Amino acid sequence: MTNLEKYRKAFIDALEIEEEKVEIEELAYQDIPQWDSVGHMGLIAELEDTFDIMMDTDDIIDFNSYKAGKEIMKKYGVVIGE
Amino acid sequence: MVDYDKILSIEPYSLKKKEKEIFLTKILKDLTIYHCQNSMEYRKIMDSLGFAVEEIESYYDIPALPVRLFKEYDLKSIKQEEIQKTMTSSGTTGQAVSKIYVDKLTSGNQTKVLTKIISSYIGKKRLPMVILDTSALLRNRAAFTARGAGILGFSMFGREKFYALNEEMQLDIEGMKQFLKKYEGEEILLFGFTFMIWKYFCAELREKAYRPDLSRGILIHGGGWKKLASQNITSEMFQQELKDVCGIKKVFDYYGMVEQTGTIYMECEQGNYHTSVFSDVIIRRTEDFSVAGIGEEGMIEVVSVLPKSYPGHVLLTEDKGVILGEDDCPCGRCGKYFRINGRIKNAEIRGCSDTYADEYR
Repeated sequence: MTNLEKYRKAFIDALEIEEEKVEIEELAYQDIPQWDSVGHMGLIAELEDTFDIMMDTDDIIDFNSYKAGKEIMKKYGVVIGE
Repeated sequence: MVDYDKILSIEPYSLKKKEKEIFLTKILKDLTIYHCQNSMEYRKIMDSLGFAVEEIESYYDIPALPVRLFKEYDLKSIKQEEIQKTMTSSGTTGQAVSKIYVDKLTSGNQTKVLTKIISSYIGKKRLPMVILDTSALLRNRAAFTARGAGILGFSMFGREKFYALNEEMQLDIEGMKQFLKKYEGEEILLFGFTFMIWKYFCAELREKAYRPDLSRGILIHGGGWKKLASQNITSEMFQQELKDVCGIKKVFDYYGMVEQTGTIYMECEQGNYHTSVFSDVIIRRTEDFSVAGIGEEGMIEVVSVLPKSYPGHVLLTEDKGVILGEDDCPCGRCGKYFRINGRIKNAEIRGCSDTYADEYR
């Protein structure tokens, strides 16, 4: 799997997204009921496990959309790509 | 209007008295105007007090709402469909609970401020975390009790999290052993509510003669002392017991309430509670609500820059306290530092761990 596929899969698994119903690329924090504060910590844990990284608290807070997350992942040496 | 991005970029303990007063007055005045425009109930209360916003020279002038109003009325400054979460205080059957309505903005800001305050104590790096409570509290995601909200807010600092208590509030000793083995030699963060820790953690460790080595642990706890105080258990005894049963030396208590989630008052290394720039404590004399001097006991008023979805920015609590000083605590943090002397007489028993105590005594 490419990093992009893994990244996308982390969202789908952690937030229990039905792919056909949600446009993941445009997704932002609290857009869907599952991505609330509880879901957020689950998503972060999933991404950390997937890419074997550990994010700082500031980055967890700034991680407020699918797109913003890609930029944050770069800080940890993970290039997601388009 | 209130520019939260700018406000939240300030370091939590960086402003001295004068600057802080100017800073808070501007924001709290704006919030008062905002709530008058967006909450009919709030405006009615302000009107009935004959209060005019133009007269605010300092945030000390803004009338404080008694916290119990949030039990009696649905106070909010947002539309029904904007409510993202409803947080409730820890009342049980027979006790009315406060209902606090938060939207996306306010809830996000609560997390940001809590994170800023805590990371100024323990750093930005996340630690393996033991939550001395049960995960069952987070089951209903749209409605949190104060305990659930506290756990969720603090779990931001955890890397892997372990809930030490099961649904029946029994200590999972096996799970705990495994978790500690995995992170042997590392710093570990622990979080829980004061009374729960005493009753379901300390007591259980004593009874089972299990002595985990948590000498590298940092414990943050809150939720109130009322219940332990009634059993004559002091903060010193609490800390000593923790040291005895599991070796924890770094223990930080905090003072906070669901009505102003986020802006908590952390205890410093000197054992004093501290106000951050995002909130303040004013001690009022019981006779005439005038401002008490340093060292003088009175009722605790709390102000916070965070409540925007509900008019809870200036509140009168049911606690008594004393300001010990301002900007000159030996720990080096700016802002007021204070002590809490318990509840005002006749105030209902309330506090995250306390109501649980009533139910399960």
